[in-house]
Amino acid sequence: MNFISLTPLDLGIASTLVILLSLLSYRFALGISRQLIFAALRTTVQLLLIGLVLKLLFANVHLGWVVLISMIMLLAAGRIVMERQERRFIGWWGYGVGTLSMFLSSFAVTLITLIVIIQPEPWYQPQFSIPLLGMMLGNTMNGVALGLERLTTSVYQQRRIIEARLIQGQTWCEAIEAIRRDAMRVGMVPMLNAMAAAGVVSLPGMMTGQILAGAEPMEAVKYQILIMFLIASGTGFGTMGAVHVAARRLFDERERLRLDRIT
Amino acid sequence: MNGESEDSTGLHLAAVSTLHLGPVDWQIKRGECVSLSGPSGSGKSLLLRAIADLDPHGGEVRLDGVACETMAGHLWRRRVGLLPAEPFWWSERVGDHFITDVAETLDMLGLNPAALEWNTTRCSTGERQRLALARLLQSYPEVILLDEPTAALDQRSVAQVEALIEGYRLRHNAAVVWVSHDAEQCKRVASRHFTLCDGQLEACC
Repeated sequence: MNFISLTPLDLGIASTLVILLSLLSYRFALGISRQLIFAALRTTVQLLLIGLVLKLLFANVHLGWVVLISMIMLLAAGRIVMERQERRFIGWWGYGVGTLSMFLSSFAVTLITLIVIIQPEPWYQPQFSIPLLGMMLGNTMNGVALGLERLTTSVYQQRRIIEARLIQGQTWCEAIEAIRRDAMRVGMVPMLNAMAAAGVVSLPGMMTGQILAGAEPMEAVKYQILIMFLIASGTGFGTMGAVHVAARRLFDERERLRLDRIT
Repeated sequence: MNGESEDSTGLHLAAVSTLHLGPVDWQIKRGECVSLSGPSGSGKSLLLRAIADLDPHGGEVRLDGVACETMAGHLWRRRVGLLPAEPFWWSERVGDHFITDVAETLDMLGLNPAALEWNTTRCSTGERQRLALARLLQSYPEVILLDEPTAALDQRSVAQVEALIEGYRLRHNAAVVWVSHDAEQCKRVASRHFTLCDGQLEACC
């Protein structure tokens, strides 16, 4: 297979496009021209760093290193989920709800994939485990963030209605059921859309990358189908888990609505 | 023994307090209606919310000797019903909020039985207030906490609401707390009168 290596000059040429875009957005006073340059620099630095890390990791295959990198990825994803919340839980819950549910769903799905489906030797082979986990976390993060955001903002807006239900003697579950269902659905819609568009509207990034790197298209497609299934289930379980736990946390043991628990 | 069990019936509050309220000690017998008045911001609604266990609070609330904490929150609120000053609706259609046949109650409140097909957002404030009362009573609460239930009503509707509450109280031996700014109404509906001032409950004659 023919693999064409990119030179720094190639990337430099591509970067001029971003600089052009930044100039144009400055011209139209969009107020994001500096952010664009900064984001481009940031993505370059972060990717170069992870490239170095992966290179080191591949050279020193050890479970401890894999676990360490996984944890850093998880904690970073948890932080992003928290930062995206307009109304977040007070205290450790603000960080914990999203992080814990992402941990459970992403790690469980990745482990099953490694041990039962791909079966590399050893099972934690970083060439497989780290990219897989990265894709799981990246997508689960979106679902969890969307779901939690919808849950807390809806509950805040509809707090009087929820209380009306409680006053009428409904259980906390009945009182929040409709909102909870809606929040779970919102978190899972992007994943549904991605599956529907795959191959028709968009060529998924992972598959594109494999093909660009010279892989046989059908092999790339098989991997992409696997990834789609994993992402769908990981995102789904993670979102449902996070929204479920968060919804419970909005009520106390006396089934009172406790908005003082979110900002 | 007999004397003790008789003593424990009804609603009992012992040192009930929240941040801006109390401590409040209060006893309301079954079949009794008491009025509660006081300036706005004195904590009347907070007190009712604490009794219905909607807000965290200190102290103890008991109904017929059974403490609130010994039963699930939703079961307590089915027995201790609160009619808030501004009722809210979770569905557009009025009828979706009713699980039992309330035609008789609606009739007593001067509401058309067709009201069940109405849209909650198009009802007048007075209609909503009376519909909320019908909604509350359908689960047969043993204590009813009324937060200015006739504030938006004309004289005829006020009389209908007062008659309905009295009938319900006598028929179900319910304890009633009636918050009102109208001294005349307090005299009409209640046998004992209380005021709340800066979160402190005072009996008045």
